[in-house]
Amino acid sequence: MSDNGIGARVTRVEDKRFITGGGHYTDDLNRAGQTYAYFLRSPHAHANVKGIDASGALAMAGVHAVLTGDDLAADEIGPLPCGWMIHSKDGSPMVTPGHPVLAQGKVRYVGDPVAVVIADTLGLAKEAAEAVSVDYEELAPVIDLESAKTAALVHDEAAANTAFEWELGDKAATQAAFDSAHHVTTLELSNNRLVPNAIEPRAAVAEYDAGLDRYTLWTTSQNPHVARLVMSAFLNIAPEHKLRVIAPDVGGGFGSKIYVYPEETVCVWASRKVKRPIRWTADRTESFLTDAHARDHVTTAEMALDEKGKILGLRVKTLANVGGYMNLFASSVPTYLYATLLSGQYNIQNIYAEVDAIYTTTTPVDAYRGAGRPEATFVVERLMEVSAREMGIDPATLRKRNFIKSFPHQTPVIMAYDAGDFDAVINKALEIADYKGFGKRKRESAKKGKLRGIGFSNYIEACGIAPSQAVGSLGAGVGLWESAEVRVNPVGTVEILTGAHTHGQGHETTFAQLVVDRLGIPFENVSIVHGDTDKVQFGMGTYGSRSGPVGMSAISKALDKVIDKGKKIAAHLLEAAEADIEFADGNFTVSGTDKAIDWTSLALGAYVAHGFPPQEIEPGLKETSFYDPTNFTFPSGCHICEVEVDPDTGVTDIISWTAVDDFGVVINPMIVEGQVHGGIAQGVGQAMLECAHYDEDGQLLTGSYMDYTMPRADNLPSFKIGTTVTECPSNPIGMKGCGEAGAIGSPPALINAITDAIGSEDLAMPATSESVWQALQTSALKQAAE
Amino acid sequence: MYPFSYHRPTSVRKAATMLEKAEDPKLLAGGHTLLPTMKQRLAAPSDLVDLSGVEGMDAIEVKGRTLHVGAMARHADVAASEVVQEAIPALAGLAGGIGDPHVRARGTIGGSVANNDPNADYPAACLGLGATIVTNKRKIPADDFFVGMFETALEDGEIITKVTFPIPRKAGYAKFPNPASRYALVGVFASKRGKEIRVAVTGAAPCVFRASDMEEALAARFAPKSLEGVSIADDDLNSDIHASAAYRAHLVGVMARRAVAAA
Repeated sequence: MSDNGIGARVTRVEDKRFITGGGHYTDDLNRAGQTYAYFLRSPHAHANVKGIDASGALAMAGVHAVLTGDDLAADEIGPLPCGWMIHSKDGSPMVTPGHPVLAQGKVRYVGDPVAVVIADTLGLAKEAAEAVSVDYEELAPVIDLESAKTAALVHDEAAANTAFEWELGDKAATQAAFDSAHHVTTLELSNNRLVPNAIEPRAAVAEYDAGLDRYTLWTTSQNPHVARLVMSAFLNIAPEHKLRVIAPDVGGGFGSKIYVYPEETVCVWASRKVKRPIRWTADRTESFLTDAHARDHVTTAEMALDEKGKILGLRVKTLANVGGYMNLFASSVPTYLYATLLSGQYNIQNIYAEVDAIYTTTTPVDAYRGAGRPEATFVVERLMEVSAREMGIDPATLRKRNFIKSFPHQTPVIMAYDAGDFDAVINKALEIADYKGFGKRKRESAKKGKLRGIGFSNYIEACGIAPSQAVGSLGAGVGLWESAEVRVNPVGTVEILTGAHTHGQGHETTFAQLVVDRLGIPFENVSIVHGDTDKVQFGMGTYGSRSGPVGMSAISKALDKVIDKGKKIAAHLLEAAEADIEFADGNFTVSGTDKAIDWTSLALGAYVAHGFPPQEIEPGLKETSFYDPTNFTFPSGCHICEVEVDPDTGVTDIISWTAVDDFGVVINPMIVEGQVHGGIAQGVGQAMLECAHYDEDGQLLTGSYMDYTMPRADNLPSFKIGTTVTECPSNPIGMKGCGEAGAIGSPPALINAITDAIGSEDLAMPATSESVWQALQTSALKQAAE
Repeated sequence: MYPFSYHRPTSVRKAATMLEKAEDPKLLAGGHTLLPTMKQRLAAPSDLVDLSGVEGMDAIEVKGRTLHVGAMARHADVAASEVVQEAIPALAGLAGGIGDPHVRARGTIGGSVANNDPNADYPAACLGLGATIVTNKRKIPADDFFVGMFETALEDGEIITKVTFPIPRKAGYAKFPNPASRYALVGVFASKRGKEIRVAVTGAAPCVFRASDMEEALAARFAPKSLEGVSIADDDLNSDIHASAAYRAHLVGVMARRAVAAA
């Protein structure tokens, strides 16, 4: 291993600019003649828009335009699409009425954009917005998920506010498994609604160049090519070759910046209308109201076991709240990204899942770190822990009894797990967590008047989302491969053009490590280019923990081609047979001789092109790859959480957290650990702190950090991280995605630990101190103590 | 933010004159509530009269058995003041637990007291120590000062110049922070000075209040044990997404015992 090749803890090269104010974010950009967009948003959860009077605003000096849904309709812009088709049980396609870019006759959540004001300054735009009067006819809000099917219609086209009623698995076989069960554990679970909270709010700067008849959009996107494709193919803004999308430095996404939103769409479209660049940056309130929310499931989950604890079947019935509109990938999250993981790490022969997707008058819900897999893991791992408790079996033992032991393993819910060693993972975690010493620690806590508990979560997830044919067969509207171009410059430096996009992941470091490892050139001679549709070939972007296994695999493939061509050139330059050329440590050598040419000379030779026949070899050294993997990757792991609960207040202290993950081949352990740390922090946020609360009128009560609880450093312990390795056979590097695993695995571990401590399973997420205290009031444990 | 006129007088007297002349003025101290409200266009004062130019308004000193804290003393100054730490350590501790370092570097005792946020810490200290709010016009006992939610006995044009605290024999503050804002979901300040026992509760109700049952229970012996079995009714307590009235009532008991234990 070289100092900065694969496996090295290379410090992140991008961090210097990020932490010294040298980053280039969308909002940092200024364009000559720029104007400001301000969006008028619905103050109501559900209302008809009877009319909009903008005359007062338009009369104000410095106001360039007030545009509405009617203006978009006149230009045939929109609607915003959903890119994943789901069919109901009866074979009918999902019901996805249009999602207008700006409201057309109706608003469906507080914050739904109704009009845009474009003015010389932001202050003026806001003042002008106050002069726009919108005539609303309020309708009954639809907020509560469980009663939404009988509530007022959010979309006239969607009866019972239902977008689809989907199923997966064998219903009859699963029923038979339950009929023969010795024990059935049943849980009513909710998976709380979250707000993504990227540190950088969404932003857009759009400019139309009349001379070139070309638009440029700078925006906070995780996938600029996909954004361009959606804007051209679906929204009809401009053909792809007339639209350049640049996603410069982006401060966090967590999924929320995958989608094309109304604001950037409007900025691009309107920049031509007002003939001026237009800029918009969300304020934090807009982020809370309009960034796609996450999770929001209500589930009845059942597990059937035989007398020895062998799982016979698993069954779920889930209501998924999709909010006011079906967002870009919203339909895939509670279906193929959720129910396909309900087998967990266990050999379960019978699984049946039903999922109803429900419209409500709330902010649209879509993919957020983990997207479906945290919901699945919560179901499976809560069922496991409660089953173990109900049957009096040690929770680690029950898991081990049911582990899948051989690979590949076909689950009854589509997924074919390709590699893993779940015993190795849990055994390492048990050791790090000192599971054997827990009883002693529990007694010590009791002496201090504290209730100690321990909880497990053994997750498996499917990420590196691909391959194209597989996701296509499940309804995806796009292919899920990744592209890479390796440009070797005449001096031997290398630029990697990747279709992946980094917004916190550290690609500029890890991708360069792969190149260094393969080419043996200095780390500083590699640069990573991404995020600009004019520079980079079409790519699919970053989400679903795919940049490593898919994005880096594409780079790896392109590097193979570069090395192959380098060998051909070297054979001519060294006057040897191509088959005799070896490449290692940055040198092409003739096998068994001391004849060699170094990387830099070879690169120059490729461009000078004097030393080889052009009929046989083209000059230059640049190769492209579009890599489509053969399967998802399946990272797995074991989280063990230990808590102390203060019975006086219900406050939970996380005392220790062990996470052992199998991510296959690890490129940079430091960055991977950082991903795990951040993922656990978000998982802890979901499990005990974060929740989007709406009141009965549909107002978001948690619309700022005064009321929405983000996890903070003092909520978290110092994590104990370990890894085991089974190489992923489905990509050339052997790696598995690591970006979401922490957020997927952690919530059930914490809830399992708290419920263990308090002796009650009656605890929903987020397990706030009040809900823990309430659960304690009825817990047998509390009653026994008194 | 809407347009406004900005003034920075050098004396309380000049500030008072400006307040009189302006149409809809607001005093600016630390600005940690006022400025965000203005930025959200929820407040639109015609004039801001910034008190930061008034010399000596942040003085902290002990005179006899009384601690004087200037209205413009920042939370960080009070927290770090050796004078406060020696006279009333619980008050220094309380100031050091307000908000975060940014808030403590800007926020002032006068601003906090005048705003009377139901979740603020200082009102509990003022009421729990029997402080006197001194203005340019009069001296107002804390018992009369905190009137209701965001409401005080202050009249138009009245400027708090300092807060004086009689130095107690024992005092303690225990706060249960709101997990999101870290304001007091419930905060209890308890003190004993001679025969006078005070237990002031912030965060739980629309306005800081004294828990008289607890004060009586502590009269016999100022110890956490004296509070066992003493509860407060949850009828008038706040109930919101962060805590029900019942939980707040329960926390008042827990925090009161912890405040007394800390005293």
